[in-house]
Amino acid sequence: MGSLKFIGLGLYSERGMSLEGLEKAKSAGKVLLESYTSLLPGLNLQNLEKLVGKEVKIVDRRYVEDGKELLSLSSSEDVAMLVAGDPFVATTHVDLRIRAAKLGIPVEIYNAPSIILVAPGAVGLQNYKFGRSSTITFPPPHSDVPYDTLKLNRGSGLHTLFFLDLKAEEKKFMSVGEAIRLLIAMEKRRREGVIRKDLIFIGLARVGGPEQFIKAGRGEELADLDFGTPPHAIIVPGKLHFMEVEALIMFAGADKRLVEMNT
Amino acid sequence: MPKYKQTEEIIKLMSNKVNIRNCGTLAHVDHGKTTLSDSLLAGAGLISPKIAALALALDYVEIEQLRQMTVKAANVSLLHERNGQSYVINLVDTPGHVDFTGHVTRSLRVMDGGICVVDSVEGLMTQTETVLRQGMEEKVRPLLYINKIDRLIKELRLSPQEVENRLLKIIQDFNAMIETYADPEFKEKWKVNPNKGQVAFGSALHKWGFTLPIIAAKKMKFADIINAYTKGEIEGLQKEFPLDTAILDMVVDHIPNPVDAQKYRIPKIWKGDINSPIGQAMNNCDEKGPLVICVNKVIVDAHAGPVVTGRVFSGTIHEGETVYGLMCKTEGRVQQVSLYMGPYREITPEMAAGNIVAILGLENVRSGETLVRPADKEMMSPFEKMKYISDPVVTMAIEPKFSRDLPKLIDSLHKMAIEDPTLTVKINQETGEYLIAGMGSLHLEIALWDLKQRTGGIEITTTPPIVVYRESLTKALGPFEGKSPNKHNRLYASVAPLSEQTVKLIQDGTIYEDMDTKERARILREQASWETDEARGIWAIDSFVNMFVDATKGLQYIREIKDTLVQAFRLDVAEGPLAREPIRGMKVTMNDATVHEDPAHRGPAQIMPAIRDAIFCGFLSANPVLLEPIMKLDMKVPQDYLGGVTRIVAGKRGRIISLDQAGDVMHLISEIPVSETFDMSDELRSATAGKAFWGTEFARWSPVPQSLTAETIRKIRERKGLSPEPPKPEEFMSM
Repeated sequence: MGSLKFIGLGLYSERGMSLEGLEKAKSAGKVLLESYTSLLPGLNLQNLEKLVGKEVKIVDRRYVEDGKELLSLSSSEDVAMLVAGDPFVATTHVDLRIRAAKLGIPVEIYNAPSIILVAPGAVGLQNYKFGRSSTITFPPPHSDVPYDTLKLNRGSGLHTLFFLDLKAEEKKFMSVGEAIRLLIAMEKRRREGVIRKDLIFIGLARVGGPEQFIKAGRGEELADLDFGTPPHAIIVPGKLHFMEVEALIMFAGADKRLVEMNT
Repeated sequence: MPKYKQTEEIIKLMSNKVNIRNCGTLAHVDHGKTTLSDSLLAGAGLISPKIAALALALDYVEIEQLRQMTVKAANVSLLHERNGQSYVINLVDTPGHVDFTGHVTRSLRVMDGGICVVDSVEGLMTQTETVLRQGMEEKVRPLLYINKIDRLIKELRLSPQEVENRLLKIIQDFNAMIETYADPEFKEKWKVNPNKGQVAFGSALHKWGFTLPIIAAKKMKFADIINAYTKGEIEGLQKEFPLDTAILDMVVDHIPNPVDAQKYRIPKIWKGDINSPIGQAMNNCDEKGPLVICVNKVIVDAHAGPVVTGRVFSGTIHEGETVYGLMCKTEGRVQQVSLYMGPYREITPEMAAGNIVAILGLENVRSGETLVRPADKEMMSPFEKMKYISDPVVTMAIEPKFSRDLPKLIDSLHKMAIEDPTLTVKINQETGEYLIAGMGSLHLEIALWDLKQRTGGIEITTTPPIVVYRESLTKALGPFEGKSPNKHNRLYASVAPLSEQTVKLIQDGTIYEDMDTKERARILREQASWETDEARGIWAIDSFVNMFVDATKGLQYIREIKDTLVQAFRLDVAEGPLAREPIRGMKVTMNDATVHEDPAHRGPAQIMPAIRDAIFCGFLSANPVLLEPIMKLDMKVPQDYLGGVTRIVAGKRGRIISLDQAGDVMHLISEIPVSETFDMSDELRSATAGKAFWGTEFARWSPVPQSLTAETIRKIRERKGLSPEPPKPEEFMSM
């Protein structure tokens, strides 16, 4: 009897997984690395293989979504599936888990930090004041969902975390600048006053690792700023608590007057 | 070339609208219209009269001379004196072969009158009827020229009385067709009367011809001409009754000038608002109005690039100005304005409404385009969508023998596809092969010859011609579920065969994708019994005659995935599941969808497979059939050889539609699957000792017989490198 073990790698490198996760990967018959939902900026495949003591097979979206081979493997041996961030924060792998459960394959989960938890802390915002999240995607097709999400959250004074689209096969990752320009374009289409000139954006790059870079500022300011290598994310704060104001100034280089305008 | 003497005069005259005639020839292949065109050119002093009948100036390429057939339409401006006045006759040459009706339709649009050339021995044939019918649709005033009278006398040895009877019969048949196909208001007006000089008779090869008023004026009778010819007085006839005078007199007298013609033609051939300023300008053929040019042809010149030819319906086009193409949606600068003199162009600074013009400098323009000034682009609706009567049905892969010739090959194929919109050139993405598709095996044969000429004779290898099939369905079923690969989106769609009336409306261009939704819904309700609500939900109408209809109500995010769904629909119908041949006649209805809120989880990579699964699962469940193209063979054959012909037809799964006797010649119409026709020409020739005349045209799509379906599908799939068995519906159902 096999099993399917989802093991989170955290946000930066192979060294982000839990000790328990590492033990399980070492003892697994097969180790797979899912390569398309995110990117770990410090990941080194050779080091990872050394750590787990065996070959690590990189699998793409088609392989994971189709799942047939993966599930049949898991029914006869222990398969460790390494995933960037936490395995089940993004909704991507829940289908596999359901299908495995239906087939009677035991599923184990070894959690690791996710961008959803780390990003708020990194910029000094309070986690329970976040509203819905949304992904800003490469057009076409254009989606206004990020705009609607921001409108909804801002209306309730809540912060918004935006994931930025990636096309791993094409090595294409959306930058903070591209995302902000897309949001501004949505405002130009919709004209509902959600994205004003002095709205604060917080751009985040390579969060959770040693090369983390964070900068808060006006949209047009950040749109031209080079945040460096991917992955990137964006937070648009809602109503700010005075502690959050102080943190934003200290940890995200926010302009004092601009932040105060937004409180 | 002596032609240049007259160019200046023609340019001056071109601004005198009432003395302009825009016309062309309509005919069955081999009935002699190219020889006619050359007689006309000779008469207008453009080329030497002696060589006119042999030079075939309008046939640019040798193969056409060999086949005595004009493949590409060209234009030429002629000068004609009549009753002391000078007239400019813009002569649009049109191909007679029905394999290339795309050219014909576009030529018809720019001409006000058409001279129907009929061989006196063969009489009216199906292709004559086809092209006449198209002419009626485009409101082209028909005139009749009965050619090859000499054959009645020399070959059939008919008496003068018998000749007259034969000619009368042709005129009656011709008028019967006009009765059938003309709009009610033109039925009587457009019938031809030989006594009024609306019918010309003659021999284009020997360059003589006449109308009844012409011989009456010389106090001669019909029998006198026959006798003169019988006695071999050809030179006398040529001198006394030059063919060009007969034809051009007829054109001047009976084809309306552009001012009169545009008044009744514009409301019929153009769907825009006739009361708008632009509509009025075209209606009045106003040279001071907004510029409107309808492009009928684009030829790629080796030195000058694309030469765009079209009719100026309103305004005046000047060298150096910028024009906008409503179809290509781009601007271009007019580098040169010229008039067409057969294969040559004569530069002129401007060209006014009512004329046919050739323009250089417009790279993106294709035939069928409507050109306006950029400022008018919002106000102008383009000329109705071009209707193509035929689909490409035969395709072959082509590659150079030596890979160094590949750039030449690609360049020439590209040019050919620009010039001939019915010739499709594409790359097989998997194999990298170049594929050319045409309207019949003859079309491809000629295209290959053309290709060799253009490339300076590079060696090419081709696969045997491959017939294009269609896939269709016979039951309405659904909804079917399609899940996205990540399983976060579920789409529901049903499939059904489109009704015959709907297929017809799409095929004849009455309804099309980017037309006004309400207008389209009205037509579908009135003419094809659609429900208004459903008809208003049409998302897409595909060129393979399929429809995608949205029947969802107020669904979240559907707007954001609509473009992806439509794009997927187009890809799916272009390659059906049976054999990756295009689907034809299917309606896909989007019934419902549950779509993930976050756009990252419902991108094209998720939505496209989901809708494909729903469509293909439905299609394969709905009793799918394979359709094959059927060719109509229209043949006149001496009775003695009939047995051999019918045996060939029967041996090719053919069906005889009708068989009539006309003297000792049998007129046989039959239908044969295209897949059986590749060696047919040779077989027919040898079975009839070369004494049969025939033409072919596309008839329809018809289901492959049950007994052959599985085998045909298997062969196509193997050729394409697919597994031999088509997929089962279950393969498109996800867990």
